[in-house]
Amino acid sequence: MTAIAPGFAAEAHGVVKRFGPIEVLHGVDIAIPVGDARAIVGRNGAGKSTLVSLLTGIHSPNAGEIRLAGQPAPAQGDRRAWRERVACVYQRWMVIPHLTVAENLLLNNQPARAGLVSWRSVRDRAMAALADWELDVSPDLEAWRLTVEQRQIVEIARALLQGSRFIILDEPTAELERKEVNRLFDRIRALQDAGVTFLYISHHLEEIYEICRTVTVMRDGDVVADAPLDELPRDALVAAMVGPGVATGRRQSRPVSDAPVKTGLEIRDLALGDDIEGFNLSVAAGECVGLAGLAGSGKDRIAEAVAGLAVPKAGTISIFGQPAPLGSVAAMRAAGVGYVARDRHVRGLFPQMSVGENLVTTILERLGRLGLISSAKQAATVNDQIRTLGIVATSGEQRISELSGGNQQKAMVGRALASSPRVLVLDAPTQGVDVASKEALYGIIDAAKARGMAVLLVSDDLDELSICDRVAVIFRGRITRSFARDWKEHDMVAAIEGLY
Amino acid sequence: MSSVSQNTAPMRRSSFASRMKLRDLVLIPVIGLVMIIGSFVSPSFLLPENLLNVLQQSSELSILVIAQSLILICGKFDLSLESTVGLAPMLAAWLMISDTSIGGSGIGINGYAGIGVALLTGLVVGLINGLLVVKLRLNAFITTLAMLILLRGMTLGITNGQTLFDLPEPFLYLGTAKWAGVPASIWIAGVLFLLFGLFMRYHRTGRAIYAIGGNAEAARVAGIPVERITIGVFVVGSLLAALAGLLLTGRIASVMAGQGQNMIFYVFAAAVIGGISLNGGQGRMIGALTGVLLLGLLQNVLTLSSVAAFWIDACYGAIILLALIVTRLTGDAPQN
Ligand SMILES: Nc1ncnc2c1ncn2[C@@H]1O[C@H](COP(=O)(O)OP(=O)(O)OP(=O)(O)O)[C@@H](O)[C@H]1O
Ligand SMILES: [Mg+2]
Repeated sequence: MTAIAPGFAAEAHGVVKRFGPIEVLHGVDIAIPVGDARAIVGRNGAGKSTLVSLLTGIHSPNAGEIRLAGQPAPAQGDRRAWRERVACVYQRWMVIPHLTVAENLLLNNQPARAGLVSWRSVRDRAMAALADWELDVSPDLEAWRLTVEQRQIVEIARALLQGSRFIILDEPTAELERKEVNRLFDRIRALQDAGVTFLYISHHLEEIYEICRTVTVMRDGDVVADAPLDELPRDALVAAMVGPGVATGRRQSRPVSDAPVKTGLEIRDLALGDDIEGFNLSVAAGECVGLAGLAGSGKDRIAEAVAGLAVPKAGTISIFGQPAPLGSVAAMRAAGVGYVARDRHVRGLFPQMSVGENLVTTILERLGRLGLISSAKQAATVNDQIRTLGIVATSGEQRISELSGGNQQKAMVGRALASSPRVLVLDAPTQGVDVASKEALYGIIDAAKARGMAVLLVSDDLDELSICDRVAVIFRGRITRSFARDWKEHDMVAAIEGLY
Repeated sequence: MSSVSQNTAPMRRSSFASRMKLRDLVLIPVIGLVMIIGSFVSPSFLLPENLLNVLQQSSELSILVIAQSLILICGKFDLSLESTVGLAPMLAAWLMISDTSIGGSGIGINGYAGIGVALLTGLVVGLINGLLVVKLRLNAFITTLAMLILLRGMTLGITNGQTLFDLPEPFLYLGTAKWAGVPASIWIAGVLFLLFGLFMRYHRTGRAIYAIGGNAEAARVAGIPVERITIGVFVVGSLLAALAGLLLTGRIASVMAGQGQNMIFYVFAAAVIGGISLNGGQGRMIGALTGVLLLGLLQNVLTLSSVAAFWIDACYGAIILLALIVTRLTGDAPQN
């Protein structure tokens, strides 16, 4: 790179990518100047992650050219050369579960002499990185024991430790809490000042306005807009993402449900782990209650308890007046609880199976008799679901691991709804889901409410919380505040952070 | 208000004890127990000759266990190792024997060339397995199962099922020699364990093998040449199997058509009892070594005991099951 013409950190010229017969990218052009902070936005399945996989050499394009730092991209197999030019946090988990945190941080990057790893320096460097991120875990812990956020931070820290001058982040914040997002942004800004180029993908548009300078909008495998962000206000951005002929506008305020009468979900005197004691919460039929809190506040464990995944020490959970047996997923499901877990990678998906099979796992008994599944019935149910949820897939037969991240998430929600539960527990249900599809999911939740379902929505995402009829804020295992419908964003954030 | 959860272990100093996980040492008390029982069963059990005998008889098994552990940690399988134990020395013996009336080829290459042929056979078998599994993406289990049947059949076919003996001295040397009063095969197995143990722990390629077995996609993304290393692991595994075949041939001074038969079950048993996960990416050589030692001692104790000969296998199988249960209960993560 000469001082006169800094050139481009990455370029794609007319790249086409096909998976089998399906063309996913139809001739994409993008050029990212050195020092830029570029955002890519687009709806679920637009081809963002696919473009990333071409820019990092995971896949090679069927046509067109990729250039990095002004030079033609390295050969497909030369992973080392790719790694020198670009670092990436992928949308999918890339940790090695049974290696330690330290080794994951320095994966294939271990300080070594003559090929022999110096464990002392591995550990020292890992400790420094963990301290940098204020991540309070031992470097000797095996990575599968990490929580979702911790794992995500390990992945981000690893990419930054690689020392590349071009860094791609594919939805790094989808599973992070606000505090960690802020820390990530501080880090990104510091690196930007040092001249590092960023490519940043997120469905949180406010994040994009916060740390990016320019934006590329993708729709259905094409680039449809390329502009500095200060020339493209939010409405215009969303319009470009969604395309002509689709109403955009912000969500209308929702109809307030009629005075609820029956109690759908009632949690009484719940004790769980060391920090949750005497926890009470009830959700009426036809009501959507938000449970907001930080990671580690206990909100996810309460959702797990209702789903039967966590075993409470004491207390009762009643479903429409009937106390349900605790600590059994099957029993909770039989009692009418549907659950969408927060970490779809770990608990949600059967990656080897088709979209259809993933959608119907909770209702197999309804699709036939004597344990035999009627394929006609299954196909009908599946197609119905794919349509109502707006899942972008070639058919119900497609393997779910081939779907884009956001569409996988929609399938998770679909699965929970398939069993027509009476109580629906959703933990961060719209993570990784694009703005327009979010609306569709909200519509589905509203419809479920209208049918008399009790919805418990566990989240710290203000957008998700805004569809709730009321929000209870949990801090360190206790409900510290409750909000009725019209809360101010500022108050909510303060309450979640414990600053009321 | 920290948003960081507190459910994780506090920082620890990196001591030897913390690096050696409980799982790797769990068999040591069990081995001690077997030794105590053995000393009650028979007064000759604890004699040095008997113990050396146990070690020598386990040496071929332990080399196969090293090979299988490498492959398992890399997230693959190789069932054909036991047939390489037969084919590699058989092919060499056939080429070495110049008398066609006792099953030889009539070519009569010398003993050193014979060793070369045996090792080359291992290399070729490993390369074929590796290419089929990695390049054609065939399932390792079924590919190496087919290879097992094929190689076993070839071993039979070469000599019409005959046993070959009268082999040149250099070819038998490794399996018969004693160094410092201890059979060479024990030295060889011991040194291999040490070398591979250190390699897997301290060499970047060894660490890459763990990464590949744990999450191949993540390993590839991290710049690890997944395909090359996986093929290499198959090749090294088969080379080790050929070496085990040489030692076995030397010890019994002949090559039988069924040489190595059924060894693969004990190889898997020893590796898994020793903490090598069938899911890849987990386990250590030190653990695998304790697995081999336990099996070897058990077999010896059973032979010395008054268990009726026809029941020895059943007892052995039951004890292996028991060992699996015990290690599962004391180990940390389940083999999901
Ligand atoms: N391995 C694959 N095989 C077949 N189709 C695939 C494969 N990977 C991706 N696709 C398809 O390519 C399209 C684009 O997917 P991609 O993951 O790039 O979307 P995305 O823009 O990242 O979406 P999201 O915001 O949901 O992450 C999707 O329709 C997806 O189904
Ligand atoms: Mg994506």
